[in-house]
Amino acid sequence: MNPEPQERTPQVTGELIANRRVGDYHHLTFAAPGVVERARPGQFVALAVGGDTSANLLRRCFSIYRAEGGTVDVVIAARGPGTRWLTDLSARDEVNIIGPLGRGFPLPAEPVACVLVGGGYGSAPLFWLAATLRQRGCHVEMVLGAATRDRLFGVAEARRCADGLMVTTDDGSEGVPGWVSDVLPAVIDRSSAEIVYGCGPMAMLRSVTEVAAAHGAVAQVAVEESMACGIGVCMTCVMPVTGDDGVTRMVRCCVDGPVFRGDRIRWEAFDHGWCRVPQDAHGAITKSDASGAVTKQGGAQ
Amino acid sequence: MIDMSVDLAGMRLPNPLMTASGCAANGRELHRFFDIAQLGAFVTKTVMADPRSGRGTPRMAETPSGMLNSIGLQGPGIRDFAAGDLVWLESVGARVLVSIAGNTADEYADVAAALCQSPAFDAVVGVEVNISCPNVANRGLVFACDPLSSARVIALVREKVPPDVPIFAKLSPDVTDIVEIAGACVKAGADGLTMINTLLAMVIDTELLRPQVAGVTGGLSGPGIRPVAVRAIWQVRAAMLGGRIPTVPIIGVGGVRTGDDALQLVAAGASAIQVGTATFNDPNAPMRVKRELAAALQARGFARFNDVVGIAHTRLDRKRQ
Ligand SMILES: Cc1cc2nc3c(=O)[nH]c(=O)nc-3n(C[C@H](O)[C@H](O)[C@H](O)COP(=O)(O)OP(=O)(O)OC[C@H]3O[C@@H](n4cnc5c(N)ncnc54)[C@H](O)[C@@H]3O)c2cc1C
Ligand SMILES: Cc1cc2nc3c(=O)[nH]c(=O)nc-3n(C[C@H](O)[C@H](O)[C@H](O)COP(=O)(O)O)c2cc1C
Ligand code: FES
Repeated sequence: MNPEPQERTPQVTGELIANRRVGDYHHLTFAAPGVVERARPGQFVALAVGGDTSANLLRRCFSIYRAEGGTVDVVIAARGPGTRWLTDLSARDEVNIIGPLGRGFPLPAEPVACVLVGGGYGSAPLFWLAATLRQRGCHVEMVLGAATRDRLFGVAEARRCADGLMVTTDDGSEGVPGWVSDVLPAVIDRSSAEIVYGCGPMAMLRSVTEVAAAHGAVAQVAVEESMACGIGVCMTCVMPVTGDDGVTRMVRCCVDGPVFRGDRIRWEAFDHGWCRVPQDAHGAITKSDASGAVTKQGGAQ
Repeated sequence: MIDMSVDLAGMRLPNPLMTASGCAANGRELHRFFDIAQLGAFVTKTVMADPRSGRGTPRMAETPSGMLNSIGLQGPGIRDFAAGDLVWLESVGARVLVSIAGNTADEYADVAAALCQSPAFDAVVGVEVNISCPNVANRGLVFACDPLSSARVIALVREKVPPDVPIFAKLSPDVTDIVEIAGACVKAGADGLTMINTLLAMVIDTELLRPQVAGVTGGLSGPGIRPVAVRAIWQVRAAMLGGRIPTVPIIGVGGVRTGDDALQLVAAGASAIQVGTATFNDPNAPMRVKRELAAALQARGFARFNDVVGIAHTRLDRKRQ
């Protein structure tokens, strides 16, 4: 039985059309027919890096910033070898692209007020989300924050596509000095927002979730976990999330996310870059196992 | 047209390409990229008796031409697997090589027995016994590192699985003498061998100056370990040719990314090929390797895949003569 064509995930060779520097980031536009058509805000693409014989085998995942007219746009912060390779590319270079991947932001059935919170390049998927929400009659506020002005992305665009905008920087180089969570309570209250969408660093998503809950809104956050495959086959990208049945499972961020209801994530399990498996999680290694070799032996798989 | 069909201890497959356990989940995800029924066999993620959440994160680190993983055998447990994933695999017509493990030798046997009760057991063409698992009863020493523990597991599993369904022992390269372990497994009833599992390895995060994966150590895989796989397959095949251990088919795995890579393992003695980590780079890799391998054989004038299995040994003999 062949997979139905509409169930297939496209893998295409994308041609780079433009690579522009924007503050600390690079905005890349690829011609990627096939990937674009079914994409929804909050989904991502997985890009191969280094060419066909690359020693960097693992794909790098990026939120879709825009998907229209056969092109896919991403915003990349150069960090390690893969992101540096990508940001060094020039027009007409080719990159193998898989996508769209993951589950996007759930959209409200009613035209409710929403706040969209982006940290650093985490704002990338939010402009497209804002446009989609406004088409549905939602009132859209945006809050963008970053460490410095150069690490903000899309302030001018946010002015155009949101009904209201607040900007924060840690160092006060633009907007209000401080964090997005400092200004978020007032924005939620002022707009009577029912949904807060967030994308950015985990610590920010955690405080966005807490602030939303305290102000009567639901948080929907797009997380960023280390991913080896991006397509659900390796089990590296897991996080403890509580399901509708009240049971916590280690779920894959690439296929079950990257968007989760903030109040379903077991934030207390995250600590200094580690994430523990909560003792009450489905299939958690029990105390008796843990005293044995299972946890000490970091061996295969 | 090359005849790519193989017979692995009675397991007849139209072609020798397989996924590798833990690198393809249980089918649904890769089926979004290609029809998994086109594979020689689909190899499932190692399943144990009970559901397991696996380890905390981070679970991976990229390494030169490969990666380190420390998943902790996350999985649904054999009952859910047998009633769910396996039934789905059968529904799409996949030939399934089921990978199993246990914390004790008895648990392996229980998992095998439960598997045989699955309503979809007809889809199971073989059982792969992942013995790279810590033996709780033996101070956590990995079964695959000890010939006696390995043999005990294999013998117990062999008893539970119907005789017409072959079982394959999946060996670890982290041993002093892989031929000894291979021999112990075959004598205990393994119908074939899968070689190799990941190598125990470690990466330090130089920003945080601590181990990069939460499990501290992990399994190394990918093209970076391919020469180790070729060596291990070579040694075991040589021992079979030399009559030191009984001859059984070897399923080669470790660092295969292209048809040429696969050909190395085949020439060293592998009768089938699993593609693991390369799938993360290219989800279509198992099917692409199948095409590339067929083309490589054709280019060298072979008519049948089978004629190339272990061929490097005969060419070496020729040189020595
Ligand atoms: C759903 C999702 C959306 C993302 N969106 C963006 C975006 O819009 N813009 C952007 O700049 N970055 C984004 N990231 C992060 C981006 O994927 C990483 O920064 C990038 O993979 C790091 O690659 P590297 O070669 O620079 O680093 P390396 O450290 O060399 O990467 C090594 C390996 O670790 C993985 N990895 C390392 N850091 C991360 C991370 N933070 N998240 C996921 N995988 C990681 C890489 O995929 C690779 O497999 C996103 C991540 C995810 C999961
Ligand atoms: C993320 C990951 C998970 C794995 N899980 C398993 C597993 O559950 N059982 C098993 O026998 N091998 C497992 N392996 C090992 C592979 O099946 C294979 O033996 C090994 O990775 C070498 O092949 P490769 O280089 O093609 O990946 C895993 C490997 C990786 C990378
Ligand atoms: S990244 Fe491989 S399962 Fe999510």
